[in-house]
Amino acid sequence: MALLTVENLKTYFHTDFGLVKAVDGVSYEINEKEIIGIVGESGCGKSVSQLSTLQLITSPPGQIVDGKVIFEGRDLLQFSANGSEMRSIRGGQIAIIFQEPMTSLNPTLSVFQQIGEMLELHLKMDKEMQRKHSIELLKQVGIPDAERRIDDYPHQFSGGMRQRVMIAMALSCNPKILIADEPTTAVDVTTQAQLLALMQNLVNQYNTSLIIVTHNLGVVARYAERIYVMYAGRIVESGTCDDIFNQPKHPYTIGLLKCVPRLDEAEGTKLVPIEGLPPNLINMPSTCAFLPRCPYSIDKCREEVWPPLKRVNGQYVSCYVDTRR
Amino acid sequence: MKQRRKRQEKFMEERPPMSGWRRFARVFFGRKVVLFGLIVLALYVLIAIFADLIAPYDYKQINLQQVLAQPSGEHLLGTDTAGRDVLSRLIYGIRPTLIVGSATILIAAVCGTILGLIAGYFGGWIQTIIMRCIDALMGFPMLLLALVIAAVLGGGMKNIIIALGVASIPTFARVMCAQTLIIKENDYIIAGRSLGFTNWHLMWNHIVPNAFPPLVILATMNIGMVILMEAGLSFLGIGIQAPDAAWGSMVSAGYNRLTSNPMLSVAPGIAIMLIVFSLNMVGDGLRDAVDPRLRGTL
Amino acid sequence: MDDALLIVKGLKMYFPVTRGLLRRKIAEVKAVDNVSFDVKAGETLGLVGETGCGKTTTGRCILRLYRPTAGQIIFEGLDISYLHESKIRSIRRKMPLIFQDPYSSLDPRQSAGSIVGEPIKFHGLVSNKKEYKERVADLFRMVGLNPDMMNRVPHEFSGGQRQRIGIARALACEPSMIVCDEPISALDVSIQSQIINLLEELQDRVEGLSYLFIAHDLSVVRHISNRVAVMYLGRIVELTESKKLYDNPLHPYTQALISAIPIPDRAVEKHRKQIILRGEVPSPLNPPDGCHFHPRCPVAIPDCSQILPPLVDVGDSHQVACIRVKH
Repeated sequence: MALLTVENLKTYFHTDFGLVKAVDGVSYEINEKEIIGIVGESGCGKSVSQLSTLQLITSPPGQIVDGKVIFEGRDLLQFSANGSEMRSIRGGQIAIIFQEPMTSLNPTLSVFQQIGEMLELHLKMDKEMQRKHSIELLKQVGIPDAERRIDDYPHQFSGGMRQRVMIAMALSCNPKILIADEPTTAVDVTTQAQLLALMQNLVNQYNTSLIIVTHNLGVVARYAERIYVMYAGRIVESGTCDDIFNQPKHPYTIGLLKCVPRLDEAEGTKLVPIEGLPPNLINMPSTCAFLPRCPYSIDKCREEVWPPLKRVNGQYVSCYVDTRR
Repeated sequence: MKQRRKRQEKFMEERPPMSGWRRFARVFFGRKVVLFGLIVLALYVLIAIFADLIAPYDYKQINLQQVLAQPSGEHLLGTDTAGRDVLSRLIYGIRPTLIVGSATILIAAVCGTILGLIAGYFGGWIQTIIMRCIDALMGFPMLLLALVIAAVLGGGMKNIIIALGVASIPTFARVMCAQTLIIKENDYIIAGRSLGFTNWHLMWNHIVPNAFPPLVILATMNIGMVILMEAGLSFLGIGIQAPDAAWGSMVSAGYNRLTSNPMLSVAPGIAIMLIVFSLNMVGDGLRDAVDPRLRGTL
Repeated sequence: MDDALLIVKGLKMYFPVTRGLLRRKIAEVKAVDNVSFDVKAGETLGLVGETGCGKTTTGRCILRLYRPTAGQIIFEGLDISYLHESKIRSIRRKMPLIFQDPYSSLDPRQSAGSIVGEPIKFHGLVSNKKEYKERVADLFRMVGLNPDMMNRVPHEFSGGQRQRIGIARALACEPSMIVCDEPISALDVSIQSQIINLLEELQDRVEGLSYLFIAHDLSVVRHISNRVAVMYLGRIVELTESKKLYDNPLHPYTQALISAIPIPDRAVEKHRKQIILRGEVPSPLNPPDGCHFHPRCPVAIPDCSQILPPLVDVGDSHQVACIRVKH
């Protein structure tokens, strides 16, 4: 039994221009101590699906229309968004790290006040314990001089250090699942390497499961065990990391792998771009959303609705075409 | 390849156009109060243009037989102390009101925009000097400044326009300076420099057009204030004087007869209130329709 | 060096840090410190480094958008380092910029056609209206845009299309070099490759067109560039052909940078050695003595904190600034 199972999650946004089906029937699961990657371009619904599991969608305009989020046998979507159950799960059981640490940390409170708040809320620690524990956490995430820096404010930290503070906060209550939403997009590559290695270590140490949400296939190649590829609000392919990279089956995944320059490529390699634009999610046709950009498309794709995920050699692919041929 | 590109274009066409105009129209015309303001303004302008056809009497015609007549079928709003028809004077009074309002704002907007643009674009000591002068000008209460200028230059419409115009420059200069500082930081200005464009070219072709919407909104909102001040000056006897019809002096001429002939003051008072209110509502509507983020800054 | 289009010698750009009313100078940020390189006609030189390493400042210095503190910039045989603003304008047009942010780099009130046509009009590059229209339409086609879209304003385009408009505008100047400042990092992954391919195509079509390609992503820079210069804290630490940079990186920073970039291939990733650097990039306001990289360097020796290593040629036109590298 998986630790977290998301079934047929649908989150829609009602905008001025029409209904946006940001997440349209997404299912995935994560087991204990597992690292999974959710990969997709901006607007594919990867972040919204994560926010939806924690009911962090602002409503209106957003609305979770359908689906189940089963965590430890309970459906989280049955709880009210701001009820006490949901609050104890957020941060306590499932923690989330955002792309932009500066906007997710409160600039008017010191780092200690913010971590302490979490510890008090979820673990009911007293002030002295809070301080000791917070310093311990900052040391673990590799912040030098933690005893002194704990009373600093977020703006006194650099981008990479802020992200470390975020990781410390997220891990402070020993959550079962850590969701990292584009954790390294705003930082430099060497810092990215530091942060990812740090997260991997901590996740091992704390026996936490990790969901890495990213647009960078490289990031998940190094760390994730299983990968879900999202496009236009749906999962188009999922499978183990080895399978996805060695034998991608969905045209989008294949395209994604061919269109990024690789550091180890031979000289003179040409990139094969995915033509066209990512779809506008308003008034989407019922056919496959990748159809206008798909080099493999056949007549069936134009006639029938978006294909459901089906099992092909241990992978799940949402495509009518057998791309292996 | 060709086919694929074609498909790509078609795909492009299928995206619903994110029309700025549609959003603008929806917000702007969607509010009843804005619509009301627009209708009132349109009526005022029409009446001003066709005053000769609409007014029942000559607004300067003194008739000592009918001094201070009460409203009746003959004189709908009665007559004033010289026996002139109040309704006709009210109708003709729109002209100086609108002329003073628009001319003043035109002067203030042109001068303020140029000063603010130069200050903001070049920055450094140029900005310091210009903006300090503007701040000094702003230090005077606007009405007091207008009073002083009018006292020096004398009354009359032309001087009123100059006085109020100078007094309104700081508002425009400051907004323009702030706008320029923001727009200047955009990459397209650096791009323009990297393409070898001159400073003047960049200022006139890229900064002014982009600073235009807030300036138009500011102008709309300020016309109301200027009209109010013109009325105030005329009320104090410095502005436009009889026999020319101006609402401010009409209110002032009638206010000690408020109990016996209330229409003498009340009618021009309502006329002033209505146009200022309409202008403010239209200004607000414009602001929210063009850019909701400007709320609070203008 | 004779065929070099652009030669940069010992370029320094220090920004004063001032305080108080009198703008008293209290410190200096050495954004660019003694940078030398050259760009040959038809070549792409990549400039890669992390945030704050001075790569963008270098690019803008070359365009003389800043007045350099010291050094020489020779473009097409002319020393433009201290040329007067009025003379520099006609030269700038020969090396326009392409920006990272496709949203703020186009004037939102101009139509796409007039954005592309503006430099043509301003510099009088065509003689009549008909020619102007044809030229703009040509530029649109060159960057893969439909000339029918000329009357649209920027917000009606997607990010990638906006970037194409920016490229068309740069081409309109009839440049000999385009300075690309992070031209793809704001775009979606699937769009990035379209722009990279477009830039490569244009280089094939426009004879002698050079790029100075500034970016933080080494895999992209390596893909598009003939040679790559790696910058760290305002200085070039290594400059070599892009092939050699991956096969045989000499500077420890370059090695760490390469190891930090993940390769989207599970099989390769499993066997790569990872170098995780200690600490963070120090402030350029107060760089470490000696080699700027020594506090984080895994192979530093005591001498490294004393000697600021110059960029030296170690043979085969491979330049590196490290005392640990044997010639």
